[in-house]
Parts: sequence; C-alpha cells; structure tokens
Amino acid sequence: MDAVLIQLLNGLDKGAAYALIALGLTLVFGTLGVVNFAHGALFMLGAFCAVTFQKILTISVKVIDPSITFFTAYKEQAYLEIWFGDVGLTIIDYAVPLSILMAIPVMLLIGLAMERGLIRHFYKRTHAEQILVTFGLAIVIQEVIRHFFGANPIPMPAPDIVSSSAAVGTWLGLSDNLVYPWWRLIYLSFSLLVIGSVFAFLQLTTFGMVVRAGMFDRQMVGFLGINVQRKFTIVFGLASVVAGLAGVMYAPILPPDYHMGMDFLVLSFVVVVVGGMGSLPGAVAAGFLLGVLQSFASMTIVSQYLPGIDQVIIYLVAVIILLTRPRGLMGRKGVMED
Amino acid sequence: MSENTKDQNTISRRDMLKTSAALAAAPMFFTKGAYAKDFTNNPGNSSTVTLGFNVPQTGAYADEGADELRAFKLAVKHLNGEGDGGMMNTMKPMNLTGNGILGKKVTYVTGDTQTKSDAARASAKRMIEKDNVIMFSGGSSSGVAIAVQSLAQEAGVIFMAGLTHSNDTTGKDKRRYGFRHFFNAKMTGSALGPVLKEEMGTNRNAYHLTSDYTWGWTQEESIRETTEGLGWNTTAAVKTPVGAGDFSQFITPILNSGADTLILNHYGKDMINSLTQSVQFGLRDKLVNGKQFEIIVPLYSRLMAQGAGKNLQGILGTTNWDWQLKDEGSKAFVKSFGTEYGFPPSMAAHTCYVQTLLYANACENAGTFYPPEVIRQLEGFKFDGMGNGATEYRAEDHQCFKDVLVVRGKQNPSTQFDLLDIVKEVPRAQVEYDASIFGGNLGPYKV
Repeated sequence: MDAVLIQLLNGLDKGAAYALIALGLTLVFGTLGVVNFAHGALFMLGAFCAVTFQKILTISVKVIDPSITFFTAYKEQAYLEIWFGDVGLTIIDYAVPLSILMAIPVMLLIGLAMERGLIRHFYKRTHAEQILVTFGLAIVIQEVIRHFFGANPIPMPAPDIVSSSAAVGTWLGLSDNLVYPWWRLIYLSFSLLVIGSVFAFLQLTTFGMVVRAGMFDRQMVGFLGINVQRKFTIVFGLASVVAGLAGVMYAPILPPDYHMGMDFLVLSFVVVVVGGMGSLPGAVAAGFLLGVLQSFASMTIVSQYLPGIDQVIIYLVAVIILLTRPRGLMGRKGVMED
Repeated sequence: MSENTKDQNTISRRDMLKTSAALAAAPMFFTKGAYAKDFTNNPGNSSTVTLGFNVPQTGAYADEGADELRAFKLAVKHLNGEGDGGMMNTMKPMNLTGNGILGKKVTYVTGDTQTKSDAARASAKRMIEKDNVIMFSGGSSSGVAIAVQSLAQEAGVIFMAGLTHSNDTTGKDKRRYGFRHFFNAKMTGSALGPVLKEEMGTNRNAYHLTSDYTWGWTQEESIRETTEGLGWNTTAAVKTPVGAGDFSQFITPILNSGADTLILNHYGKDMINSLTQSVQFGLRDKLVNGKQFEIIVPLYSRLMAQGAGKNLQGILGTTNWDWQLKDEGSKAFVKSFGTEYGFPPSMAAHTCYVQTLLYANACENAGTFYPPEVIRQLEGFKFDGMGNGATEYRAEDHQCFKDVLVVRGKQNPSTQFDLLDIVKEVPRAQVEYDASIFGGNLGPYKV
C-alpha cells in the first residue's frame, strides 16, 4: 500500500510538470496554430530566471582566500549577508519562490518578443517549417544559456524549511516509511493552482471567451471586429509565463542546466498528442495519466516481470491511444488533419 | 659442367635485386629514428608536431572538457619552454627539455567529443586524417574512450585517454595504442572497501542505482564484489538510463526496500540529479533496522561536487587526484594552473596534463615518434613526481597504477573549491590486481 501510494504521489508530481508544459504548448497550438518546439527552452529559461535571481541576491565582494596558498585565490561574501546579517541569509534562502516575482514579467516579455520577432512570420508557413525554425531557436537559446552559465547543473536548493520530507504516511495513519519531499508536494499544489488559474482565466473572463472563440473559429471572431491577433499574442506571452513558472518551481527538483528543456519537450509533445492536439483539458489529463503510468512502471515488482517498461510505457500508451483514438483522448475533429 | 660452374660463380639478376634490397634496408635496423615514412602522420622534417585534444566542448560534460582543454594548453606551453614548467620540474625520470618534443615545437588542434561515441570518433578521425596529429588525448566518458581507442589502433595513432573509469577500457576493450592514466572501477572498489568496513560495518543492505552503459556496469560489478566481500547484502541493482533527469521513480522503491545503503553508480549530471533527489526524499535522515541510512558515490570529482552543493557533504567516494594533495608534483601543477587560470585544476585536468607530458617524454626516450617504439617506452614506465606517488604504466594492459584517494564531501567548505576532505590515500599495492582477470587483447604494435 505504501509503495503504491508513494508511486501515485510521484506520478502526479511528474504529471504536473508534463501537464504544465503541455498546457502552454496546447495554448500556442490551439490559438496560433504554431507547433512550438522552443517551448521546452521557455521552461529552461524559467529555471534560469531562478538561477539569475539567486545570483543577483548573492552578489558578493571578493576577499582573498587565505586557505589557498599556491596562488592568489578569492572567496566571496554576499552583500546581503554583510548588510543585513541573518535577514539577508534568509532572503537568499528563499531565492526560488521569490524569483517567481521576477520570472513573470521576464517570461512575459520573452514570450511577446519571441512571438512578435519570429513566430508571427511563420503563421502561414507549413508545420514542418514552424518546427524547424522553433527547434533552431531552442538550440540558440540553449547555447546562449550555456555560454553564460556553463554546462554543469546549478544547484538551486529549496528554502531550508521545506527541504526535508513530509511524513505523509503518519498523516494518513500508514507506515512511517511513507515520506515525500515537501518541495515536490508544493510543486504539485502550485501546478494545480496554475492550471486552475489558466482554465479560470479562459472560462471566466471576456478575454478568455474571445480566445476560446478564436480557437474555435478565428475567422468568425475577426468578422465580429475583434483584433484576435493581438489577443493571441498575449496568449503566447501567457504560455511563456506558464512554462517559465513551471521551470522556476522545478529548479530545486532538477538542478537547472542548459539542456533541461529539451529533455522535457519530447515527452510533452507526446502528452499533447495523447491528450489531443489543441485540447487544453486533454493536455492536462494526458500529462497526469502518463506521469502516473510512468511512475507505476518503475515499481520493482513491475520491472521484475517487464524489464525496461518504465522507459517505453509513455510511448507504448501513445501508440495504443493513437491506434484506437487517432485524435487523442480529447482531440477535436479537423485539428492537424489537413 | 661448364654451365654448372657458371651458375655457381655468377650472380643472377634475381640475386642482385635481393642483395640490393637487403643492403638498402640494412641501415634501417641500426639507425635510431630511421623508420622512414611508414607510420601515420610522421612529422618527418617538419619543425612542428601536432597533438589532438578531443574533449567534450558541448553536452553534459562540457565543463569537465573545458578544464581538460585548459590543462592541455598548459602542457603544450610547458613542453615548448614557456611558463613555469609545472610538473616538468618534478617529474622523475624525465627527458623533456622545454624544447618541444624531439626538438619540434608542439602545436595542437581541438575537437568536440560531445560525449557521444560517434561524434568523438568522427572528431578523432578528422584530427588524424586532416590535421595529421601524431597523438590524441582527452574525453570524459568510458564509452567515448573505448570507441576512439579502437580507432587509434586501426589508424596507428596513440591515444592517451582522459577521464575514463570503466574496467573495460584497459580490460576487455584494451588496445595497444590506448593508455589510461586514470584509475578504474576495480581500483575504486579496492580502495573504498576497507574504509566502508571501518565506517559502516559488515552487515548492510545495499541498493544500487547504476548508469546503463559500460562504466556503470563495471563500477556496479566492482563495488558489489567489494561490498559482498565485506558481508553486505545487495538488495537490488537497478539500471537507470543515462541523462534520466528525474530519478524519483527509481528512488521511491528504495524507501520500502529494506535497504540501508544507497550506492549511486552515476557520474556527472546524473550523479548530481540522483543525489540531490535522494537527499530530498529524506534518505539521509532515515533509520533502517536501527542503522543510519548511508549514500555512497564511488566516483566523484570536484566539478561534480560543485553541482551537488551541500547534498554531497559527508558522502564517501573516491577520486583520481585532488588539488589539495601536498606532494611536490601536485603543488607544482596547482600553482602553475592556478596562476594561469585563477582557480585550482580538476582531476580531469590533472590526468590530461600528465598524459601529455608522459607521451612527450616517451617520444624523447624512444628518440622517435614511431608509435611502436613510443608504446614500448610507455609500457612498464615507472615514474614519480606527478601526483599520487610512485606510478607505473603496467605493460600488460596499459593501466596506470598509483595511490587512490578516498574522499568525503566536506561538511563546512570554506570556498567553492574546498569541497572534498581526503579520508585516506590508499597505497597503490592495495588497488593492484591481476591484469588477466578482465581478459582482452592489446593487439599488435605495428598496424
């Protein structure tokens, strides 16, 4: 029971990451009709917003390190620590959650610049051309990040207070062995909040209503005198913010490196396809479904009988779903069928 | 009769040709360095000689590759008589004079292995065929080392391996043209065993997470051999894909497995991620059957320790070399490297620097660049003054034997470089093993 519950939690946690990225991908595809292979890079940029914010908070003065005597070496002491003592150290400790404040405007600007500067020129081009240009853009972004931050993963610890594990088993009256990292629980809750907010925004606001109408029939919305293009540009920015926030909060789980976006991108595309191209609920449902399946496939008892199944389960499920439901779980008719 | 007499006393055209050929070839046997042009990329009368530095410049080990490249450049500088000479002041015996190699100025070309076997082979092939390198070196992966080592054998160009820790490199995949200065998984196991026994006892249940490629397999095999020899039980050994990123699905089964020790046969980015996530899952805080849960990282480097941050504190492992060693060779190299770049070198940098000097010295000893002669000089070569004490390149498998360092992640690092405490310098005799146990065949000298 413990093992099943912990794998379920872990699957939901993984699924939350897939769902957040897939949600942004689907938003862009559903509104602009663009297959954005640079979306993983936006996730990675979000994580590097956290890294940058931490670096800003830890701007330091260099003092000579007397412990190294072979040559002149320096060690660093953060200004925040010098000026504010323990308060300064606490602020540094909370670098990741605080970096959300920086990530939102930065990711919005990056998203808008990307859409206005590049993506809009490819609206009427084929999907193959869109994939090529956005994939190229992703590589450029990756290499820029590698140039400035190096190739090694950069540790981004969660605040000390949530860096340990929660006694989930004790809460539920189960075994003490059932523990789960606090930060992963926070990530899961945060993802659900963001997903809920995006759906509320699209369902409960006039802006969201226009966007949904535009996703359904762009031409008709245009005929009604609404500048749907401008709204879609904002949606691109919104999708960038969602991907960025997913990246920021994922930084303590996976130390950011320049390649992390690409690792998630492929899986997220599978999620989008399984969920149904252009379907937001489909993307979210498929994200959680595949995350949970992948987690259960890794259980010792499963891998004993089906070695390696955890590596292929997502693709296996994708094949089965596409064979039985060619439009994915919740795909709409006519989307990407031309 | 007269015909017979004539036959005995006169020389036929065929005999004349044979004799001429023998006379023409005779000086070759007695003149040092007179191997004509019958070997790949013979520099001949050129005033320069080119070395190839094939390191990961992109990909997961790019930072390690960058440090290797710094070390190579420093070695070239020292070989050409520039800078403070570094380990050329401490290496014994040594025939290097600071006048290049055999009087030829050393130049170099670089390549990017991308930590991919095919890319590394393509890059090495380009170096051999287009840049005419006489030797190439570098790399941060056993998969890459094994792939380019076989190319070296085919091409007849010596490969001085960089960072490669799989037993296979100098075991079943060993090659006459490949030499490894770095230690290996078997040596890690031998060095770590006594320390594990002393600190963790003889009754433990170990759970392995292992990178699913040659290095991971051989490390798991060697560490299991060691721990099971101590009396430990192996609860499970799970292979994980290289570059998995999120290891949580592999970590959660450990919680209820009954294991009290996790052995991470991961390196680089995988190690940083799996260790970070293991700590987040509270493994280090667990008590299992009254024992404190322990994590062991058999192989780690300072560059990785920087990535793992405080998660590595207190964790045992081994390393090939550390900049804090106090022997004269290490001090000379750290001073030289630190003065040049402003920070201390990594173990990858140390290995690449030493490999370059060793190759150059072997050429000087041989008096030629002719690979079979240089190989013979390297085989069984005993030296000191290059860190890790008295060292020998074993002739049977081209594995270097020297002291191995057992280290622990420092509890309170004073700087970003001061991350490892040296627990024990394990003497070379303790990590030596019979060369025949891993099989393999070095292959011919002449290709």
